[in-house]
Amino acid sequence: MKAAAFDYLRPASLGEALALLATHKDDCKILAGGQSLVPAMNFRLARPAILIDINDLDELDHLRADAGQLKIGALTRHAAFHRPVVEGPLGTLLAKVVRHIAHYPIRQRGTFAGSLSHADPASEWCLVATTLRAEMVAKSARGERVIAASDFFHGTFTTALEPDEILAEIRLPIMTPDWRVGFYEFSRRAGDFALGMAVAAAKVEDGTIREARLGVGGVGDRAIRLGALEDQLVGTPASSDVIDSIDRIAREARGMIEPSGDIHASPEYRRDLIAASVKRALTEALA
Amino acid sequence: MNWIGRRLPRLEDPALLKGGGSYVADRASKAAAVCFVRSPVARGTIVDIEIPSDGIIFTGRDLVDVKPIRPILHRPDYVAIGQPVLPVDRVSFCGQAIAVVVADDPALAEDVAEQVFVDIDVADAIIDFEAALALDATPVHPDAASNVLVEGRMRTQGLDKAFADAAEIVTLDVRSHRQSAAPMENRGGLAEYDAASGRVTLTASVQMPHMLRTGIADTLGMPESDLRVIAPDVGGGFGQKMSLFPEYVVLVWLARKLKRSVAWIEDRRENLLASAHGRDQAFSLRGAFAGDGRLLGLDADLRSNIGAFSCYPVTCGVEPLMAFAELPGPYDFAEYGVRSRGVTTNTCMMAPYRGVSRPTLTFSMERMMDVAAKRLGIDAAEIRRRNLIKTFPHRSPTGLVYDEGSYLQAMEVALDAADLPAFRERQAAMRERGQYLGVGLSVFSERTGYGTPAYAARGMEIVPGYEIVDCSMDPSGDVVLRIGSSPHGQGLKTSLAQLVSDELGIEPQRIRIISGDTDATPYGWGTFASRSMVIAGGASKLAAGKVAVKLKTIAATLMETSPDNIELKDGWARVSHSNQAMEIGALARAAYHQSHRFKGLLPGLHESAVYDPGGTFSNACHVAMVEVDIETGGVRIERFLVAEDAGVLINPMIVDGQITGGVAQGIANALFEEIVYDDTGNLLTASFADYLPPTAAEIPEIEIMHMETVSPESVTKAKGVGEGGAIGAPAAIVNAICDALSPFGIELFELPATPQRIREALRRAGVATYA
Repeated sequence: MKAAAFDYLRPASLGEALALLATHKDDCKILAGGQSLVPAMNFRLARPAILIDINDLDELDHLRADAGQLKIGALTRHAAFHRPVVEGPLGTLLAKVVRHIAHYPIRQRGTFAGSLSHADPASEWCLVATTLRAEMVAKSARGERVIAASDFFHGTFTTALEPDEILAEIRLPIMTPDWRVGFYEFSRRAGDFALGMAVAAAKVEDGTIREARLGVGGVGDRAIRLGALEDQLVGTPASSDVIDSIDRIAREARGMIEPSGDIHASPEYRRDLIAASVKRALTEALA
Repeated sequence: MNWIGRRLPRLEDPALLKGGGSYVADRASKAAAVCFVRSPVARGTIVDIEIPSDGIIFTGRDLVDVKPIRPILHRPDYVAIGQPVLPVDRVSFCGQAIAVVVADDPALAEDVAEQVFVDIDVADAIIDFEAALALDATPVHPDAASNVLVEGRMRTQGLDKAFADAAEIVTLDVRSHRQSAAPMENRGGLAEYDAASGRVTLTASVQMPHMLRTGIADTLGMPESDLRVIAPDVGGGFGQKMSLFPEYVVLVWLARKLKRSVAWIEDRRENLLASAHGRDQAFSLRGAFAGDGRLLGLDADLRSNIGAFSCYPVTCGVEPLMAFAELPGPYDFAEYGVRSRGVTTNTCMMAPYRGVSRPTLTFSMERMMDVAAKRLGIDAAEIRRRNLIKTFPHRSPTGLVYDEGSYLQAMEVALDAADLPAFRERQAAMRERGQYLGVGLSVFSERTGYGTPAYAARGMEIVPGYEIVDCSMDPSGDVVLRIGSSPHGQGLKTSLAQLVSDELGIEPQRIRIISGDTDATPYGWGTFASRSMVIAGGASKLAAGKVAVKLKTIAATLMETSPDNIELKDGWARVSHSNQAMEIGALARAAYHQSHRFKGLLPGLHESAVYDPGGTFSNACHVAMVEVDIETGGVRIERFLVAEDAGVLINPMIVDGQITGGVAQGIANALFEEIVYDDTGNLLTASFADYLPPTAAEIPEIEIMHMETVSPESVTKAKGVGEGGAIGAPAAIVNAICDALSPFGIELFELPATPQRIREALRRAGVATYA
């Protein structure tokens, strides 16, 4: 379980990194935290000829609120979210979610952007980015483009990123204080990938849901935003009778997904977990 | 001061905790790296092996002079199967080593191994052992037409009558899925060639260094004197590291062939693929119960998947024959019928794993007791009260003799501590709110510390059991103890030092224990079967006792009194009822330097002792309290209690550690760990992302209570405690899950009880289906 031979490059500037990417394209991999890439290399499932280590690139090491968005640079580690990084519901939600990502030592090195680029369908950050309609900023020697979350994830381990592009920044919309949030995940052990999970958020004004976000992960080849159920929630009173709607929505969520099965969870079991996750995330947000 | 019974911090720990431990991989950095090419398929004929021209590579054709590993049981029902060290013609399980590569470092060795192309004519593999038992099943080995390699049968005369008289007959089919012992440190070996002597030193992560020396020497046809085996610090074994594996034979062969040092450090994938597994068993039980809940008779059909080969030296009889003999467990009944078969398949070899069959058989018996109690309207504790062994010595239907124990008392102590009435109140209140709590009991016996008679009874050609200990006190009064037992992380050296301290009247820190080196210790059987404290401890006590007698004789001579008047304590030999005393160090010096003064005594202080006991039974009761999430099938363990009787505790802290670790593996068995093959025999759980040992987050605090029944069967008065935690926990947890789900009439008979399986049962019962 030792990696195949590779060259290791450590550019000193983003420009240099992008030039290397433009030259080597599919032959290289970007190393940030390495928490998924390095094990895959040790199993020889990944065999990049060149590793481009971006850890010296200060241009990518930022995390700030700016113009209504939380801007997460490519070198932001999971551990940065242990405490709320921004006031209000978004910071609370991210702090709640991050505790489910692997284990403490892994969270010290692994990065938010690395999770998104890796695009594991059971990744918590991929679910958050999808559900909260993140924007991805991809940079290359050719320039910069912004990709909507709905266009970013193409399937298991595949994204819209071109071989010469780096995911430089993720932008999450900052929620106003009248948003309420909930998250639930079921996994076999603390820190394991989710067998089923859900994120829910609702903007409540005068006791009525005005806007809603609902997404599920750990099923299928990417996180899924349940737009039809978001629409159903809008206009619903966020009061005691919301419980009935939550049960109905959980039931509908169960039917809206087509999960695949593996040794840990059959499709039918995954549907059960999605129903439970949706119910619990919504209950946490609303009840 | 007495040292026995004290929670002395482990003498081993300062080095281990500060990075001063020395494991095989720590010693292997200068050796050439070895990588094994392993079969990608479970069954097939080797057509050709293409090897790259520029590498050091050997296949089975290069090792044709090496004998296969072929352990023997002298039983008419046993079919001996040879395991080629590297196969020439056919492969028998996915992961079997078929070629070996030597290179300068591990990454290069893997590079070369990738270029070895093995052309195998793939055949349909037999993976499921129930399918292997079918009449038209293809034999896994040509020599074993029925795929049954060992079969134990017995039937008492009154069994039919017991069933005729029964008020209730409980039938159940229990399934335990396959597991790995998953030691923290994988296997590994370093074979060093000494050009001057021609000897090879094999440093390996093993539990039985002497047995390994014998096995390798026999297989390679070399004198044992040319081989030294060292077990350095070993990071857990749990039985997996007992057996003679092909890799170690190949390493010694390579060192002799290449006249250089070679090392193989197993990775986790290899460990899950090709180290031994255990617990792949299906038990069908019929229990005949009287109306008052008394078990009148038991009829059992037990099938154990033994994998592709028989493990050396204990053989593939280890699981089937343990199940055969010990299924009756802690219960007092006379009529017993059993058929227990070991079935071969194209899967990884089975070997002992902490508990050996007893987790499954305890699970079976304890599930049966709960089901019978429900049917007969008797409380789960009460049905056990009516059936537990109460008089000693007790003779089981299979002829095992149980020494004094505390089966009933242990259960009562555990129940008191669990406060069941309060639990039942809380359970009822929480059910109202849709939360499901349950409590489960598990009462069991653990046969420990058994010597040669028990193994001879199995018909083993190699009969382990005794231990030899050499005890020397040097002229300064410090002690060296050389033991044949070989600890792998249990704190045995601390416990033995405490025992010897009390014999010799010196502090444990003055006792050095040498183990795990065949050049420096007497022939011994290593560590397994909860034997070390009882047997190596017994031999240590006896050897130290002989040194003590000599010290007293010397003291008596020097202080002109009778040896009976001498007491050895706190570093001094004191004459009772007087102020006279001499330091033990001074006596030791006299033993070596003034030996002419002691008529009839040999010079020095060096004694040996052998201990070969018949065996002793520990017992315990586990109580689990769990909450089951009916929507997800998730299980949270709220409390876990253990009332344990392991006789006199030498170091209660170490005993608690053994119980806690055992329960953790029992929880793994109950809820998490499962080796899964697909239909073709390809392993689907080849990393810890899919094979799921629980983490600290999943293990609750274990509440432990002790009873100390003194047994005449153990000279140290200690009973073994290495396996009990793992034996009892699965039954307690699944009984608790079934209690939690009793409103839905759900009974589970499968290990592990994963969330998916629990949820499946709930869905079938129509619970939370969102229909």
